[in-house]
Amino acid sequence: MTTILALPETSRRILPRPSAALIWSALVLAVAYVAVPLFASRYVIEALLLPFLALSLAAVGLNLLTGYAGQLSLGSAAFMAVGAFAAYNFNLRLGFLPLPVSFVLAGLTAALVGVVFGLPSLRLRGFYLAVSTLAAQFFVQWALSKFGWFSNNNPSGVISVPKLQLAGFSLDTPTGRYLFSLTIVTLLSFFVWRLTRSASGRAFLAVRDGETAAKAIGVPVPQTKLLAFAVSSFVIGVAGALWAFTYLRTVEPAGFNLDRSFQILFMIIIGGLATIRGAFLGAAFIVVFPLLLARAGAFLLGGIFDSGVLDMTQRIVIGALVILFLIAEPKGLAALFDRIGARLSATAARLIGSSSPSPRS
Amino acid sequence: MMDGYEVLFFFEVLVGGLLAGLMYSLVAIGFVLIYKTSGVLNFAQGAMLLFAALTFVSLVNYGAPFLLAFAATFAIMIGLGFAIERTVLRPLVNRPPITLFMATLGLAYVIEGAAQLLWGTQVRRLDLGISDKPMEIAGLLISSFDLVAAAVAFGLVAALGAFFTRTRIGLAFRAVADDQFAALAVGLRLPRIWATVWAAAGFVALVAGLLWGARLGVQFSLSIIVLKALPVLLLGGFDSILGAVVGGLIIGASEKLAEVYLGPYVGGGIESWFAYVVALLFLLARPSGLFGQKIVERV
Repeated sequence: MTTILALPETSRRILPRPSAALIWSALVLAVAYVAVPLFASRYVIEALLLPFLALSLAAVGLNLLTGYAGQLSLGSAAFMAVGAFAAYNFNLRLGFLPLPVSFVLAGLTAALVGVVFGLPSLRLRGFYLAVSTLAAQFFVQWALSKFGWFSNNNPSGVISVPKLQLAGFSLDTPTGRYLFSLTIVTLLSFFVWRLTRSASGRAFLAVRDGETAAKAIGVPVPQTKLLAFAVSSFVIGVAGALWAFTYLRTVEPAGFNLDRSFQILFMIIIGGLATIRGAFLGAAFIVVFPLLLARAGAFLLGGIFDSGVLDMTQRIVIGALVILFLIAEPKGLAALFDRIGARLSATAARLIGSSSPSPRS
Repeated sequence: MMDGYEVLFFFEVLVGGLLAGLMYSLVAIGFVLIYKTSGVLNFAQGAMLLFAALTFVSLVNYGAPFLLAFAATFAIMIGLGFAIERTVLRPLVNRPPITLFMATLGLAYVIEGAAQLLWGTQVRRLDLGISDKPMEIAGLLISSFDLVAAAVAFGLVAALGAFFTRTRIGLAFRAVADDQFAALAVGLRLPRIWATVWAAAGFVALVAGLLWGARLGVQFSLSIIVLKALPVLLLGGFDSILGAVVGGLIIGASEKLAEVYLGPYVGGGIESWFAYVVALLFLLARPSGLFGQKIVERV
């Protein structure tokens, strides 16, 4: 903060805070809605943007629960699975419903499951709660593969989603699926952003920062926790539905395993806890990084860098990065980018400041 | 009601479950050691177990005799403990426990990746020379391997108990567990104590890794044994060695009984989550586990 205060007057006029955020969001959305469909290749959309969008949304959901409300969950993938399988079943069994309605119902189903598995949070704290969220992870995975009804009696629990359709229009092109996914992610992220700035959002922070203190100032702690679990699970559930309907098209319960849960947790650690931007930055990093590592490894080491070595190297580097971020930049990429932005605008201001006054004469 | 054979079968399942539970306790004790002294739930304990077992097996495969391989692996685990203290714990000192927990998640990934990058991913057989054949004791068929494992678990608990109460450094551990600031004030060196605790947890990981490795083969799934130890910790309390043993017994017995008597009605495979449900039900009554320290709230 002090560095910003020390800046010359001009830099504060260049980047006033609220409108800057607005301009950035508008810019990103314009690129996402206009430039990407026009210029992005099929590969970029299918292998990068679709998983990025679904995982970003999941990270936004987890960030609400863990970053804002302070309840560490290790079972996010379970709620993605609930969302994916619920959307599949609503779509299959109530075929007359438009797809967005199926998605909302899938989110609500995930929210319900989330509240049930969030009940222990009323009694448990800290690690005891974190470990108990693993119950959701294992129970959901077990139930989905054990009971054939969930996967329409597929012997191995695999579901294949139908072609994406909206109000009679087919969205079954990469661009169609991308725009569908982008719209849902934008709407839900905006909703979560509004929520974090409402009275409920402040209650989340109060519970995170001190439960007893929150209780003392009249925050209804049990309701607040359950609300956090419900909304977070709703968002993660819709993310799971997107994962199944727009990205993979064929999913199985084993795809929503503990590693996936950790992956989402790592996204919000690397991206930045308690920021919406952080969820997106973290997801982008986790999606792009393995591809870069594979390219770099193949380039530098050639033949010895096979898929097994790649897999292990990825684990090591991701793990090391998580530790590094916790040590050096606990607020994640979001804070890192803020600092870089501030430094750039300071430099820009200095350059403008030193060049605009008339030459010494 | 039950005839003689069914009663016998019930006891066989029960004893088998209790002994299997002690195998969980072995893993859980490693967690307790670290939690007691630094308040961190060390998720990397399973990865350390995998690392220890893989290192040991590889050394034996290279022709090292048992004792030498054991000593060398122990030395490596001590080195690992000191390295972790230096690179992970020290920079994160005074940060919230949940941050440290997330760091150990990252650490688990690093150790798992490194262990397999170093020693390969194929399953290795580990023969400790203990037969896994069932023998008959008081009419019950019991695996002699399970009995040895149980004896090792009790031996370890007794040794740790003696260590904590009879040695100076054990006393220092307890002082740190009790109050870090007070321990610092009387001149205990926290970094060294933490490194020692992590080395001790490495030793526990080595012992548990050998027994589990002999049972399942040394492979990646060894590091997933953490997931079996966590419900034991929930039940027993994160900071009680006695809790880890009693929790292991309860989880092991109820899991085996449920598998045999409840499993057939729901299609089997319930062992992945049943332990968690048992632990959660206990926790609803006692939120800090059976023997865990009560949390006192201060504002």
